[in-house]
Amino acid sequence: MKRVVFGAATLLATGAAVARWLASRGRAPAAVRDPRESLRWLGVTINLPREEVMPDGAPPQPLARLDAEVRAERAPGDRGTELYARPRRAVPTGPMAVLARLRGTDPRQEVRKALRDAKSILETGEVLRPEPESVRVHGRASAVRKAKTTPTAPKARTESVAQPVRTEQTGERRQPGLRDRVLTLAARRAPGEGRL
Amino acid sequence: MKALCWQGVDELTVEQVPDPGIMNAQDAIVKVIASTTCGSDLHLLGGYIPMMKSGDVIGHEFIGEVVEVGSEVRRRRPGERVVVCSIIGCGRCWPCRHDMWSLCENSNPTAGITDLLWGGSTAGIYGYSHAMGGFRGSHAEYIRVPFADHNAFPVPDDVDDMDALFASDAVPTGWMGADLGGVRPGDVVAVWGCGGVGQMAARAAVLLGAERVIAIDRYPERLRMVERQAGCEAIDYTATDVDAELRERTGGRGPDVCIEAVGLEADSAGPMRVYDEVKQQLHLEQDRPIAVREAIHACRKGGTVFVLGVFTGFVDKFPLGALMNKGLTLRGAQQHGQRYIPMLLDRISRGELRPAQLATHTMTLDDGPRGYDMFKHKKDGCVRVVFRP
Repeated sequence: MKRVVFGAATLLATGAAVARWLASRGRAPAAVRDPRESLRWLGVTINLPREEVMPDGAPPQPLARLDAEVRAERAPGDRGTELYARPRRAVPTGPMAVLARLRGTDPRQEVRKALRDAKSILETGEVLRPEPESVRVHGRASAVRKAKTTPTAPKARTESVAQPVRTEQTGERRQPGLRDRVLTLAARRAPGEGRL
Repeated sequence: MKALCWQGVDELTVEQVPDPGIMNAQDAIVKVIASTTCGSDLHLLGGYIPMMKSGDVIGHEFIGEVVEVGSEVRRRRPGERVVVCSIIGCGRCWPCRHDMWSLCENSNPTAGITDLLWGGSTAGIYGYSHAMGGFRGSHAEYIRVPFADHNAFPVPDDVDDMDALFASDAVPTGWMGADLGGVRPGDVVAVWGCGGVGQMAARAAVLLGAERVIAIDRYPERLRMVERQAGCEAIDYTATDVDAELRERTGGRGPDVCIEAVGLEADSAGPMRVYDEVKQQLHLEQDRPIAVREAIHACRKGGTVFVLGVFTGFVDKFPLGALMNKGLTLRGAQQHGQRYIPMLLDRISRGELRPAQLATHTMTLDDGPRGYDMFKHKKDGCVRVVFRP
């Protein structure tokens, strides 16, 4: 756990330092130095006509509950309606936006989530709920059985164990790497939001 | 209930986990009758698919019996025997309405992850990581099926369990490769990989009118199987130069349609295998695109390459020059199964497709880890292991 926290802190500090250096040399990514970034509309396209997306001009739920500007336009072709929103209050920019997003304090995050949820409710009538992560059921009627996928694994299952125990692997092995760690960190704030 | 769980790289355990329940009004709960291993599961086992968590239930290709439905389910009823598409679609977003179900915009509760990874969110998939929604998989006694009216299809009485099982994934995936690859009567089609999906792609190409279908692999039993069952020719890539062989068999043109059914852990008899393995292990590329490179190079000018194998990220030495200058069309997708499953069940019923032959081994869930060991290492001629909970 300490390694993960230390790694994440190092990653953030390095990222912020690099971003600041790039900005000082005028080489920051367009998304960081774009003065319009803080004013940008976030959008989803809903497969319904405009009058069903914003009847009487009222924004759909849950967007209506947010302090956000909302507008809708007919999408090209047969694609339905483009629904846009952006927070009314100030949003962080530059490297601070990255940190705010990781902390979950960027007001655009709840707007992104609300846009996705509004789309799902309008199109399907509900927002699909994620399943809880699997948790072992312990007890007499729920013995944990374990075996390996290794070529040398015995056919018979071993007795109940509380924690998986690794054994020697004869095939190729690969441990989850930096990508998984970075994705995990980003995903703590990203699910349901993405890069709208 | 009992379930087969991913615990880490190359580590599976059989666990007792809580039973699934109705979480949305359009859900159904299905009692699993049979669930099969899939080559793409091996990418999960190897740790190549991001966002897996210890305890995740794997498996995505299955049939079962509906035992409970939510209040908004209209077309499915308890007691029905159904085959469930491995990809979850809502049925009402623009991609679903246009039969591109694996691009569904409402079936992945963690869509932000694929949005960040690929610049666009994709559909949820059972038992296929938290990037694909974190849905529990089918190697279990029961499974939750979201949007059941759109994802569960009744199985005709004259189609047996083993044939119907593969209509969940392998058959529609293979069919999609041939269909969206644009196979037409008179074409020469080459298929890389003779696993379940590759064999079904080869058979689909035959049924769509291809004059010659050539399948490529290295396992003799799979090559014999595809020759016998799909009615096509075979090339053992360890015994010959595939590119030269294909040119010789096609008058120097190359195949009209090339279907890649291998994925990110592709193998090769040449030095590229070592090169890609090193780069992959050093995280300088995520996927080994050996078969894709071969397909692009072998394809005739103006032909089509369809990528059915699973890839996750970036690859090295991608032959963009060949792709552009030969005027190729490159396509790929996770399967749009809902588009094909009813038609495929009809074809299975008529005897045009016999996917049950893929089921070389049948086991109980208790033998799940052993089954995956056999499947991964192709022991005893294993093509697919079917688990009957």
